[in-house]
Amino acid sequence: MSKILNLTLQVWRQAGPNKPGTFETYQANGISDDASFLEMLDIVNERLIADNKIPIEFPHDCREGICGTCGVMINGQAHGHERGTATCQLHMRKFSDGDTIVVEPWRAKAFPIVRDLVVDRSPLDAVIAAGGFITAPTGTANDANDIRIPKEVADSAMDAAACIGCGACVAACPNSAGQLFTSAKIWHLNSLPQGQAERYKRTEAMVETMEQFFGSCTNHGECSEACPKEISLDFIAYMNRDYIKAKVKNRRLASQS
Amino acid sequence: MAAPTLAKNSADTPLRKKRRELPFPLNLYQTAVGKKWVMALTGIMLLGFVVFHMVGNLKVYLGEVQHLSPEGEYVTDYDINIYGEFLRDLLVPLLPRTYLLWILRLGLIAAFALHLHSAISLSKMNLESNNRYESKRDWVAANFASRSMRWTGPIIFLYLLFHLADLTWGVGAASSEWERGEVYQNLVHSMSRPGIAIVYIVCNVALCVHIFHGAYSMFQSLGINNPVYNQLRRGFAAGLALLILVGNLSFPIAILAGIVDLP
Ligand code: SF4
Ligand code: FES
Repeated sequence: MSKILNLTLQVWRQAGPNKPGTFETYQANGISDDASFLEMLDIVNERLIADNKIPIEFPHDCREGICGTCGVMINGQAHGHERGTATCQLHMRKFSDGDTIVVEPWRAKAFPIVRDLVVDRSPLDAVIAAGGFITAPTGTANDANDIRIPKEVADSAMDAAACIGCGACVAACPNSAGQLFTSAKIWHLNSLPQGQAERYKRTEAMVETMEQFFGSCTNHGECSEACPKEISLDFIAYMNRDYIKAKVKNRRLASQS
Repeated sequence: MAAPTLAKNSADTPLRKKRRELPFPLNLYQTAVGKKWVMALTGIMLLGFVVFHMVGNLKVYLGEVQHLSPEGEYVTDYDINIYGEFLRDLLVPLLPRTYLLWILRLGLIAAFALHLHSAISLSKMNLESNNRYESKRDWVAANFASRSMRWTGPIIFLYLLFHLADLTWGVGAASSEWERGEVYQNLVHSMSRPGIAIVYIVCNVALCVHIFHGAYSMFQSLGINNPVYNQLRRGFAAGLALLILVGNLSFPIAILAGIVDLP
């Protein structure tokens, strides 16, 4: 049996970049608790449109937790209070009737607001771009078992590769640091044999690009709690280790590793 | 009206430019990840000092002992005063008196300066990178210790200066009976003033809170991470912080309670 919720929303409305913004209060009545958070916003928007008002702009795409497009601050927590889920996977049954829900866009200097709840996360792309490519043999595909990878290593790389690039880690961080995202992207390749050739070059370039946009990690651990993929803080330690190694080994030494 | 768009995306306008790279190892200190290494390593040095300082101070509980003075006579003195002399005499006659002590002191001063400088420049970087939320944040993992590092740090720094003036230099807040080398007497005179003891206690709580986050955080900063031992890191930090707190707080309490006193 689904229940019906009557909610009060406080949503950040901002007409465009560098425009002043403010919280607007909306009544969201008669919301089924089977709805997802984004569906709830859809319903509110349809009512706004019916009233000839401008709907709330919010980021979304796949709505199944795999694309990393969605993401807002819900009651002071990135992607809401539910652990290990993106905003699109957060269900209204996690809220109670009569709740007031505060919705705010990600905030970081690197993520300027585009409109309402939508922010520009392109610095994350800049970090990826700095990582370059891996030396993958092209031509005929290898046999699946050509490159032997221990199970634990494959698991660790897979855990890191789970990052969907949503930016919640930056949003949750009191320092707006990009460490969790960057370390996940670095470790995904650095842990695998295919990623060894550019390991140290990649680590150096990605860390230094990250530092152009984001703050620095003070090990609060908020990022990992906010992360919809529950990316581990361990990767940040691995990144720190590889970064120093990258600096200590000069290029020629790196070729011996 | 066309939908408002950003002329450029935010990746085109980094907050800071890449700087020209200095030669190794100075280049490490140019980046935040490198600065965190420096902060962790200097933190370990300072932690080492704090532990030794606390353990050394436990000698106040040994009271007076008889010993053979350098002049070859039997004298009675407070054990901690003898220990103070011993520190000045370290490695004599290989090095002249107080040389090694000064080498250690200079190392500590350098560590402290680097710890402070990296903290200030990283804080600056963090403050210019973050945009504050308009609504209330709901912290999940960040604890009181991790969020108060920027406050406990300066408290410890100011207290350090006060503590040195009070007991090492004998200036400012030092008691009127202060005398160089009389470690035990100076300590008792100083801490029997309740105001000074309270300041000492408050600042040591700040130190304990600082160590609770720092002693955990350093593992991450140094990349010391092993899934088998990770769950021990918090316990290690808590144990160390508590050990230092209990040890250090025992001194003013023992003095105020009259357990450690002068004849
Ligand atoms: S690490 Fe987690 S929170 Fe950060 S971008 Fe990736 S998926 Fe999102
Ligand atoms: S909309 Fe794709 S992850 Fe939420």
